[in-house]
Amino acid sequence: MPSDLKPVDAAKDRRKIKSVRRMKEIMTAYYIDAKTASDTGKKVAWITSGGPVEPLIAMDVIPVYPENHGAMIGAAKMGVDLCEKAEAMGYASDLCAYARADIACATEDGGPIGGLPRPDMLICCNNICGTVLKWYEVQARYFGVPLFILDTPFTHTEYSPAANQYVRAQLVEYLSFLETHCGKAFDRDRLTEVGRLSVAGQKLWQAVLHTTTHRPAPMSAFDAFFHLALIVTLRGTQTVVDYYTELLAEMETRVAEGISAVPEERFRLLWDNLPVWYRTRWLAEKFAGHGACLVADTYTSSWCGAMPYLDESDFLGSMAEAYSRIYINLGTDLMADMVVEMVSTYRADGLVIHSNRSCKPYSLGQYDIQRIVQERCGIPSLMIEADMTDARNFSESQIETRIDAFMEMLATGCSPRSRPFP
Amino acid sequence: MDAIERFRQVVADPKAYARRWKERSGGPIIGTLCTYAPEELILAGGALAYRIVGGSGRTDRSDAHLQSYCCSLVRGALDDALASELDFLDGVIFPHTCDSIQRLSDIWRLNAETGFHLDVVLPVKLTTKSARVYMAAVLAEAKIRLATLLDRPITNADLERAIDTYNAIRTTMARLYALRRKGPGILSGSDMHTIVRASMTMDRSEFLEDLRPLVDSLEGQTGAKNRSGKRIFLSGGVCNLPDLFGVIEAAGGRVVGDDLCTGSRGLTGQIDTSEDPLTAITDRYMRRAICPAKHAGITRRGDELVHQAKACGAQGVIYLFLKFCDPHAFDLPYLKSMLDAAGLPSLLIELEEQTEGRGQLQTRCEAFIEML
Ligand code: SF4
Ligand code: SF4
Repeated sequence: MPSDLKPVDAAKDRRKIKSVRRMKEIMTAYYIDAKTASDTGKKVAWITSGGPVEPLIAMDVIPVYPENHGAMIGAAKMGVDLCEKAEAMGYASDLCAYARADIACATEDGGPIGGLPRPDMLICCNNICGTVLKWYEVQARYFGVPLFILDTPFTHTEYSPAANQYVRAQLVEYLSFLETHCGKAFDRDRLTEVGRLSVAGQKLWQAVLHTTTHRPAPMSAFDAFFHLALIVTLRGTQTVVDYYTELLAEMETRVAEGISAVPEERFRLLWDNLPVWYRTRWLAEKFAGHGACLVADTYTSSWCGAMPYLDESDFLGSMAEAYSRIYINLGTDLMADMVVEMVSTYRADGLVIHSNRSCKPYSLGQYDIQRIVQERCGIPSLMIEADMTDARNFSESQIETRIDAFMEMLATGCSPRSRPFP
Repeated sequence: MDAIERFRQVVADPKAYARRWKERSGGPIIGTLCTYAPEELILAGGALAYRIVGGSGRTDRSDAHLQSYCCSLVRGALDDALASELDFLDGVIFPHTCDSIQRLSDIWRLNAETGFHLDVVLPVKLTTKSARVYMAAVLAEAKIRLATLLDRPITNADLERAIDTYNAIRTTMARLYALRRKGPGILSGSDMHTIVRASMTMDRSEFLEDLRPLVDSLEGQTGAKNRSGKRIFLSGGVCNLPDLFGVIEAAGGRVVGDDLCTGSRGLTGQIDTSEDPLTAITDRYMRRAICPAKHAGITRRGDELVHQAKACGAQGVIYLFLKFCDPHAFDLPYLKSMLDAAGLPSLLIELEEQTEGRGQLQTRCEAFIEML
């Protein structure tokens, strides 16, 4: 049936986020740029999702994110095939699926975009996990390119001044690493400008996420998962600032016009951990079917969570703290504090926890977070066992039953008004 | 009773030993989770460092805190702690290791009752000057905190004494390793394992007192018990399966060396006594054999493994891998290819505590050793 003859669901059409198109254009242009880097003479650096990208932007190096690629592989439902290939290469099936998919993909240029452009250098920041260290070691051996490691010590309870000194020193080493491998001097003024744009982008991203404090929420966490890609990949560019300015305006209009992400928002839920990339739509529809909107999540908010530590007037100096004190580099109880705060900010009625087999640093500790949130906020929670990219760890019938039961419980036993939390 | 027999008794029930030690000496005991725990500081503080290597096999109490996709070492250790089986501890020290230990530390701090809790967040990168400066700062701070927690000063003289003890243990153990390399029949694999485990449990001075005469007498009889067999190098993380040594020997193998976390790894590297004690301790941590959760160059572990296996004259390498252990899992493929390139055949044994039956293990070991 030709598309112009499709019956039009006006309400559904109205709920569609219009900026999606622009976002797709930007990401397509970005990947074309990256994939043609060797023709244009630009350098390509692979970098971890929590890594300090601003110095790369300042040096005109194209940052490429294997994790973003891992998400695309997951969404394209190509994760299982690539993970199996990595297993055939000898990598255990319990390793992070992003790492497995990327390691296999690099050897055959597979995946939805025919592989990532070859890196000229690798930048690994372990503020998200120890997995990236091992994964980037694998790629450094495979590609035979220089590897820079930014080691950001974990904060169990208190942020340590010694760690701050250490990361500051490494940032200086990072700049000289870039000078060596780009063959030109580092322009600190340019970094100040990139830093300003980075902070502006993060502020806008935070403002976008904050629009869901409105009831009904104009967007959901599922939308945030999609619009996140820019703040991760191109932080520090004008493109990001422009895009999120537009997106914010669209969200504000939606709030003003009463357009909500979920047709009839009855319940507001908080999502913990990475998305289940190959099932985002299914999950979104499943929850929406119960009148539940996932209004916020701990994942997408990580790319603006360290803003209190950033100082625009001393961007380089403040990067040490900002890059160390991100959500997943904190002790379990500090993470729980942040979840509790989010429950209150977004007036959540329940918590949905994705126990993600791929990601141990994010998932181990969730039972304790669940207990703490339950004790302090009095809201119920649901735990889903899955994996962000390896679909073999997703049991649809089991998850469906659990969601239905949870939503039924929310609807009957535990109405939002009866909970002790304001 | 000879020294080996005493070590066997300690290792058969390390918790009972710790309780007795405490009763007898009145000293504090500090649980440690990894070979990067600053043991010299603990000893200088007059405390006993007690290495926690997994649990008693149960996980029903830790299941409320840890998912099943976490390694059995972490699950088992927490289970023991929650079950008050480690009630003799006055505190625990968590060095920064892998993602699982990192989270275990938080969960432990929130739930277990094992006295004080000290995180020692060491650098992950061990290749740069700034990492060394940070390592020194972390150890200096750990010393101050430990002194407060133990409520006693830790002086340079205390540190020097502790360094002497550890240096002596490490040199004597190195002599033992050298003996085994020369004549692998001199000591069974399980006895060697027992000695290493005892070195992580016992009062370190008492351990040394027992160890020295044992090594002296073994040195006297080199050659006498040189049983034949294929020379095997053991590589990997923690071995919590003492049975394995019997299996390898029954299959015709003789272990000639290892780089295990419950083996030689924590015993490598001397502390320079001519330097300031904390500086010297720092230097050793930067230099010693690394754990895969740390970074010291992209082929450092592979280079070390090939070098050591060759130096031992090994004919094959058996790699012990604990399921769900990410740092080791990432290294396996490249270690295997480096071993292949060096002409060293290798066998991978996946340890999920108490799962693989002895029979199956035996068959695989036999097939491998026969092929060598
Ligand atoms: S998903 Fe988790 S383990 Fe994998 S790269 Fe991200 S933070 Fe690391
Ligand atoms: S290094 Fe491996 S075996 Fe050791 S605690 Fe971590 S995951 Fe477990």
